[in-house]
Amino acid sequence: MVFIGVRAAPMVALTAFSVGVTLAMQAAHSLQSLGAEMYIPDLVMITLLREMGPVLIAVIVIGRSGSAVAAELGTMKVSEEIEALEVMAINPVQYLVVPRFLAMLVMLPALTIFGNYIGILGGWAVCRFALDFNTAGYVMRALESADTWDLYSGMIKSVVFAWIVITIACNAGLNVEGGAEGVGQSTTASVVQALLAMLVTNAVLTGIFFFSA
Amino acid sequence: MNANGETIIEVEHLVRRFGDRAVLDGISFNVHRGETLVIMGGSGCGKSTLLRHMIGSMKPTSGSVKLFGEEVTGMTEREIERVRLRFGMLFQSGALLASLTVGENVALPLVQHTDKSPDEIEQIVKQKLEMVGLTGFEDLKPDEISGGMKKRVGLARALALDPELLFSDEPTSGLDPIMTAVVDELTLNLTKGSHMTAVVVSHDMTSAFRIATRMIMLGHGSIVAQGTPDEIRNSSNPEVQQFIHGKADGPIPLNLSQEEHKDHQHVRPRPFFGARFRFHHKHP
Repeated sequence: MVFIGVRAAPMVALTAFSVGVTLAMQAAHSLQSLGAEMYIPDLVMITLLREMGPVLIAVIVIGRSGSAVAAELGTMKVSEEIEALEVMAINPVQYLVVPRFLAMLVMLPALTIFGNYIGILGGWAVCRFALDFNTAGYVMRALESADTWDLYSGMIKSVVFAWIVITIACNAGLNVEGGAEGVGQSTTASVVQALLAMLVTNAVLTGIFFFSA
Repeated sequence: MNANGETIIEVEHLVRRFGDRAVLDGISFNVHRGETLVIMGGSGCGKSTLLRHMIGSMKPTSGSVKLFGEEVTGMTEREIERVRLRFGMLFQSGALLASLTVGENVALPLVQHTDKSPDEIEQIVKQKLEMVGLTGFEDLKPDEISGGMKKRVGLARALALDPELLFSDEPTSGLDPIMTAVVDELTLNLTKGSHMTAVVVSHDMTSAFRIATRMIMLGHGSIVAQGTPDEIRNSSNPEVQQFIHGKADGPIPLNLSQEEHKDHQHVRPRPFFGARFRFHHKHP
């Protein structure tokens, strides 16, 4: 829990901040030519809540925690630890997978909320210091533009991503065969599969949430 | 010693095939309460596979394995957990959980399966570690102690629930001669004192003859010889003589064919090495 969540926070913060800044700068570039700078906060806010927040933070968590879980369980598998648990009549799924599953299910959405805040802060920094927005104006505009569904849809995505990431990671870890080399292969496979599954799912969910009806 | 006692393990016509090759080819034997059965045989003769069938982590192609009178081969995970509470197992590598301390490792079965208070558990952990000569090592992590120590911690953990039956996979390999003697003494005391039954897979002939009440020698998937240590020592079978005296020359073939080698490995041998050298090394 601490590993997946708390220690990932600085990395999430930096990423989210950069994304917020980038979004604001890109938005500024396009919207200024239309004379519509006032919509920059809207764009930053909605993009972050709906798409960039859940996806990018899932990417970080896949690279950081998903791979770690796969490698850890894989190492336990090749060093007979999993078998030892079984022989001690301790169910490895209950003992090892369930806590990781819960940690991921709680921490990924939590990190996403945290990342959203930081990203919005990044957008604010650009607006405030480069584009002469005042703080109150930015905040007002941002809050006005987003409704709760934007937040919830992002959260739903993030929970689904958490489920995908941890399932793939645990599955890869527990099915490792063949020593250190096998652990490496499984870990890589888990990262690649999790990324692909997450991105495809994101497209599907966006389709369901915002493109249908 | 206790040949008329209750039958703890019954293995009948056990067959296990990997592909075309029968690693275990119709093995039958019984183990009675209080006995110490030593299973020996060259690397790759199926000792570890046999052990894995006895603890229920592998399913046989055919045949039956009964522990405490209950057939384990057809059991579901849940049913087999109940049987597993009655025996302990020492793995070749110790198989300690790397994320837990030595003390927590030994405490694990107690925490998971008993209602004992933390104080009681601490007492038992201390006592078990003392038995294997590791007093005061509770707070170290497994990677801070030597391989031999890990193995002894593994033994302490296997004994944590005071099992009726102990399986050991090469309990003394990697131990110095003194610690080997300590572990052997321990096995002897436990089988005498508390009527524990032990099944030990071993290469170490000194240790094997010290603890065994009965011995089985495996080769080519079947039992080459079995009997009391004296019968084995005086066996007229040249394979047995070669093995217990550790001679390079004799009837036991030195090399497995590449096919056999492959079956024993989880990883395919690299073509280069596989083609040039035919050796068999143990799983890590």
